[in-house]
Amino acid sequence: MTLTELANPTRFLSLATRILPWLAMLTVVLLAIGLYQSAMAPDDYQQGATVKIMFIHVPNAWLSMFVWGVMSVASLGTLVWRHPLADVAAKSAAPIGAAFTFLALVTGSLWGRPMWGTYWEWDARLTSVLILFLMYLGLIALWRAVEDPSRAARAAAVLTLVGAINIPIIKFSVDWWNTLHQPASVMKMGGSSLDKSFLVPLLVMAVAFSLLFITLHLAAMRNEILRRRLRALQMLQASKPVALP
Amino acid sequence: MSVLGALIRRDIRIAVRVGGGALIGVLFFLTVVVLMPFALGPDLALLARLGPAILWLGALLASLLTLDRLFTADHDDGSLDLILMSRTPLELVCAAKALAHWLAAGVPLIVATPVLGLLLNLDGPATLAVALTLLAGTPALTFTGMIGAALAVTLQRGGLLLAVLVLPLSIPVLIFGVAASNVAIAGQLSFSTPFSILCALSLASLVIGPFAAAASLRHGLD
Amino acid sequence: MALGPYASFIVTSYALVAVVVLILIVWITIDHRRVRARLHELESSGVARRSGRGATDLT
Repeated sequence: MTLTELANPTRFLSLATRILPWLAMLTVVLLAIGLYQSAMAPDDYQQGATVKIMFIHVPNAWLSMFVWGVMSVASLGTLVWRHPLADVAAKSAAPIGAAFTFLALVTGSLWGRPMWGTYWEWDARLTSVLILFLMYLGLIALWRAVEDPSRAARAAAVLTLVGAINIPIIKFSVDWWNTLHQPASVMKMGGSSLDKSFLVPLLVMAVAFSLLFITLHLAAMRNEILRRRLRALQMLQASKPVALP
Repeated sequence: MSVLGALIRRDIRIAVRVGGGALIGVLFFLTVVVLMPFALGPDLALLARLGPAILWLGALLASLLTLDRLFTADHDDGSLDLILMSRTPLELVCAAKALAHWLAAGVPLIVATPVLGLLLNLDGPATLAVALTLLAGTPALTFTGMIGAALAVTLQRGGLLLAVLVLPLSIPVLIFGVAASNVAIAGQLSFSTPFSILCALSLASLVIGPFAAAASLRHGLD
Repeated sequence: MALGPYASFIVTSYALVAVVVLILIVWITIDHRRVRARLHELESSGVARRSGRGATDLT
């Protein structure tokens, strides 16, 4: 099954319908394993039990960037190869990505409350995620501003790619700005210093959430294809001459 | 080359004549800065501390609002279609239009900065530092804003949507612009670090902006 | 499994993630049902795709 074969929406629909139940089952199983393992994980000697928030915060934060990456590849597909499914993929990924980014923000803030004493700290990581969230909302606003899906698709593709170039620059600037205003970040996490008893559940959860995204994305893409067919049919119906009595 | 020169001359002439919006940008800038003391109180020490940030925010909003019409006016009277059909590369045309816009709407902002610095109790070197960072940073604002303007014309929507799309992208410029001016005033860090990053951002947007705007116009107008 | 003094924060964040993911799932499912129903409605009223195939049959 190559990408060109998948360009046929009907073939894509039948494939998606066939694999969706399996994907959903696999996601549920992995999520169950991940949740069990994170429940069994030991407490951190510094953060205590609050380290458990990490097991859902980090996968969401990872997905918030991964989904933008998926949308960027899809945008290249729209602009360069004019792949007929690319803009469907980009459009249906945006709200899911925004939801994961929102979750990364809120869990980060809930994790920060016991550490910092406030819900919001202008911490470099949280601030970059907040800007990313704003960019997701702008992208969704752009999709919703225009009725014609193919016209909106090309504009959104340009914006997604510009965003993809800008995200590392924004991340770098916010880091720099943060070190200028605050001596050091309070929250240290990630990296290779993580103990194995944390790393294994974290990896399982990350894989489980990635599968969750793929499942939701496939289902949302299926909806979007059907919606475009519905739109085409409605236009056909509207253009048909009405028989006057 | 003469085509681009003619385009720049034409755009500047349109912007500064009656009906062009270039000078309204400066007026907006002035009004925003004058509004600030009413919100913050006329505390001169506080205003001097916040001065660079106020000037930068004012310039950011002013350049964003004037950008709204960068391609729309040409689209309305049909000259954009002629430009699209011409043999000059669209990327270069976009760059030329942005350059003309910066000359007509960005440079007046920088010229107005010393006067506004006076209102905000900034001393000579501080005003000079802000003007210098604006000179280095406003091209980045114009060239990234141009992407938004190109999207706005293909979508036939402007105003708020453009602002929502472009403002997050201009955060790095704002950070390094304000930081460079603050550093120049307080002098704890070396001025060259944030200032050279600001220049780098401007140069990067000089490349990215025309390509993205041209792609947006080419794919969006059919 | 003792959650310590900050149990409410941990439970809230897990619950919130569950709620948002559930909203996503429910939204996508309802969307799917609605689009399919409208498609069937249109097709039964005699509007056909140019290919002549049904919009939802996958063969």
